[in-house]
Amino acid sequence: MPAEIVIEVKNVWKSFKTVQAVRGINLSIPKGQFVALLGPNGAGKTTLVEMIEGIRKPDTGEITIMGKHWKGNEDELHRMIGISLQETRFIDKLRVTETLQLFASFFNLGITRVNEIIRIVGLEEKKRSYVVNLSGGQRQRLALGIAMINTPGILLLDEPTTGLDPNARREVWVILHKLKELSQTSMILTTHYMEEAEKLCDYIVIMDNGIILREGTPPLLLANHRNLDDLFVSLTGRKLYE
Amino acid sequence: MNRLNRIRQLWQLTLAHFREIIREPGVLFWGIGFPILMSLGLGLAFTSSSDIIRKVAVISDGNKTGSDNLSLNTFFTKNCEKNNSGKKEDYQWKLELKDDKLGNSVFLFYSMNWDEALVLLKRGTINLILKENSGLTEYHFDPMNSDAELTFLKLSSVIGSGKVVTEGNNAEIKPLTTTGSRYIDFLVPGLITMGVMMSSMWGISYGIIEKRSKKLLRRLIATPMKKPHYLISLIAVRIGMNFIEALILLVFGIIAFKMTIQGSIPAMILMFLAGNIAFAGIAVFVSSHTSNTEVGNGIINFVVMPMMILSGIFFSYYNFPDWSIRVIQMLPLTMLTDGIRSIFNEGAGFPQVALPILVLTAIGTIFFTAGLKIFKWH
Repeated sequence: MPAEIVIEVKNVWKSFKTVQAVRGINLSIPKGQFVALLGPNGAGKTTLVEMIEGIRKPDTGEITIMGKHWKGNEDELHRMIGISLQETRFIDKLRVTETLQLFASFFNLGITRVNEIIRIVGLEEKKRSYVVNLSGGQRQRLALGIAMINTPGILLLDEPTTGLDPNARREVWVILHKLKELSQTSMILTTHYMEEAEKLCDYIVIMDNGIILREGTPPLLLANHRNLDDLFVSLTGRKLYE
Repeated sequence: MNRLNRIRQLWQLTLAHFREIIREPGVLFWGIGFPILMSLGLGLAFTSSSDIIRKVAVISDGNKTGSDNLSLNTFFTKNCEKNNSGKKEDYQWKLELKDDKLGNSVFLFYSMNWDEALVLLKRGTINLILKENSGLTEYHFDPMNSDAELTFLKLSSVIGSGKVVTEGNNAEIKPLTTTGSRYIDFLVPGLITMGVMMSSMWGISYGIIEKRSKKLLRRLIATPMKKPHYLISLIAVRIGMNFIEALILLVFGIIAFKMTIQGSIPAMILMFLAGNIAFAGIAVFVSSHTSNTEVGNGIINFVVMPMMILSGIFFSYYNFPDWSIRVIQMLPLTMLTDGIRSIFNEGAGFPQVALPILVLTAIGTIFFTAGLKIFKWH
């Protein structure tokens, strides 16, 4: 029996003034799958994710989450989705617990779930710290905790480890690995990092200039290439970081 | 979403905004400490009767044949106290005019040449130059400078007449010191209303713009949070803070300057609330679009600066040309200030302030609704 499709993107286009950010993307994500959107800056990853999140509307095309469109179903879909935006800053002078309590209140959740999340993201020692006093890695774990507070069926993470040192990055990966083991959550993660895409995800979508260049499981994509960077060079003639 | 959940959501948002404010020491200083310091400084400056020192330059290279039957030198010798320090930068003569009603005036006379006197005049160190010319005393000063004019009037009355009254009890002068008629009674209501405007415009508008620029608004609306709840909680906390700030300033005015509220207190509370609603609505409208804090800065200043200058906070707006008075009176800050002042000082009640309360509430509602319609969450 084929896996249930939780996100369906059909021929989606989006432009900003003179820039065509997304050009005719099609994507189907089954339940429980972790998908990486891999590509350089300006590839259209964030725009695509923001359209899936319902923050932006496509110019043309169709996006459905669990078979539902955003229009008219915002409240229901927001309850199913957890998101972490690129470079979000929370309220500086709120403590970690208070920040999580605030977001928990939007989902009618209480302190029990807040404490559970603090444990999952490993911020027990920092739960009374102000957000402004957290390190980059701790802030990112807090953002991840907020994204997971409602036990979402779908997790959308926009560059969750950009700017973090290798240790902090690995801490985020551990949390996401555990999530994959313990739940049926589907995830879309945008990233620059090939290693992150390979280690965390079971399906990789390589994007550039608003289109999908190649997609597949890591073994399939790496069948004829040493690594994903090689594949990207063979597809575009340039490296992922240029 | 049931009612209980909504209340819990609203409560958590309100709590978050409140914590954000009270945990920032700068906010407490600028919101509460600074208006008190300002009222204390201005209040003391305009209510205390300390000696007023007036420095006058006397041209020493002129013809000293006397003036008005009394040469300046003779006048100084007869009526002034000589300073024997011998230092060039010190005054040469001192004249003290004592007045128990108007306050004492102390004239310090500095001897110098014309060029030196002009330099000091330009610097504002002195505002009048005395010179003898062919037996006449000349008073050189800027007639547009009211303080210089006062120095001239006081000094010419003693030099010109030859009659020097250095101590007096001006029985015909009745200084107005009754509550409600002093400058401090004019100032404190103005400071309270200006605080409402500033706190709303910077606290709400700038807060929203900053959170939009940090993508926090975008993050919040990616949850089932009710959008109006965010703004309502932000406004509620700001109004609460404004109440506390105004109350502290009011208590300070009552204790330090024996101020009284002569009109209806419930009317004043309603007036204050209406003013808060008006500025909260304007603040939401102003911050509805931009995510650039520098642009936001400019827009907020564009709104608050004209009102701060025109609305009669520090001095009466009747000093402006007649044609502009009607326009000034229609500004929200003017309406609020006039209303609060009339309750404070003129004993006004509901009938006198009902119209401004309605107008301010309508302004706030219209701007809030319009702002919410065009509000950009990301």
